Amino acid sequence: MGLLNLFFSPHRHSAAIAKERLKIVLAHERAGRHAPDFLPRLQKELIDVVCRYVEIREDMIRVNLGKSGETSLLEINIEIDGAKPMLGGLRAATPGKSG
Amino acid sequence: MAKVVVITSGKGGVGKTTSAAAFAAGLALRGHKTVVIDFDVGLRNLDLIMGCERRVVFDFINVINGDANLNQALIKDKRNDNLFIFPTSQTRDKDALRREGVDRVLEELKQQFDYIICDSPAGIEHGAITALYFADSAIIVTNPEVSSVRDSDRIIGILASRSRRAERNEPPVELNLLLTRYDPARVAKGEMLTVEDVKEILSIPLLGVIPESESVLRASNTGTPVAFDSDSLAGRAYLDAVARFLGEQREMRFVKPERRNLFRVLFGRA
Repeated sequence: MGLLNLFFSPHRHSAAIAKERLKIVLAHERAGRHAPDFLPRLQKELIDVVCRYVEIREDMIRVNLGKSGETSLLEINIEIDGAKPMLGGLRAATPGKSG
Repeated sequence: MAKVVVITSGKGGVGKTTSAAAFAAGLALRGHKTVVIDFDVGLRNLDLIMGCERRVVFDFINVINGDANLNQALIKDKRNDNLFIFPTSQTRDKDALRREGVDRVLEELKQQFDYIICDSPAGIEHGAITALYFADSAIIVTNPEVSSVRDSDRIIGILASRSRRAERNEPPVELNLLLTRYDPARVAKGEMLTVEDVKEILSIPLLGVIPESESVLRASNTGTPVAFDSDSLAGRAYLDAVARFLGEQREMRFVKPERRNLFRVLFGRA
């Protein structure tokens, strides 16, 4: 470490570290800036609904509000690769056949 | 058509008031009738930077409340006939800046001036939002330092969503970056974000780079906008920025470390 520090003094690169940290924190903050208040609630309810059919984790649903020209786009990405079907949930969701 | 320009930053201490004073002085030197308004109610400082602190009789809040008329409150600069200072109140609290009142005063100023420079307080509270609300154009004063860049990004977001232009779906507030307290020697050593770094992160057009310079403190000590000191690096950098603001092409100076110059060493000019 001592030898490495001799060649790559931490002070030399502090500006590069600053730039990297800023890029990460601002990407995060910008993404949250225009999100309307209902997005987290929408995401939670979507998880509840999808969970009746397949077993998914919270991080497998992404809800984004974007803009493409004049049109606002609500983009919902649900990853179900590897998710197990919920058999009990299916019955509950189709009450007509359960009786 | 008069243009309302807000000088803002989010973070405090980055050089908003210095830049507002220098920019207004630069526009006046170019022949444009310019007024610079202090929006920092309760923490009046533009008067000191402009060197007119002993001439303040009526202020912004007096005019908003109808206790004085505009021409009683405006202070004419003694160095340039095109330049006027509109001081704020030192005693009232910042909620005294009511939006309808500010709107009425700005409309009246637009009849008399080419440029209305609004010196915003720091932060994102009422005073700062009021200062940027009516802007046609914004100059984002940023230091090459992480907290200043982050706060500038926040202010850019607020300008895009909470300005009057945004609320009315009009063309957005024109955004420009002014990078201040830039130290080319430290940038060369990798100790400070470069101009390109900040430009890339904030992705707004660069209006100018003001080098860290002794002349800025000298200017505030004497109450002279630094743009009036055309021998100083910072003064020249502000005049360049004003020229670019007026649509001229100027090469970016003072971004590389200065070579040791015997004349400078002997005579100590910064």
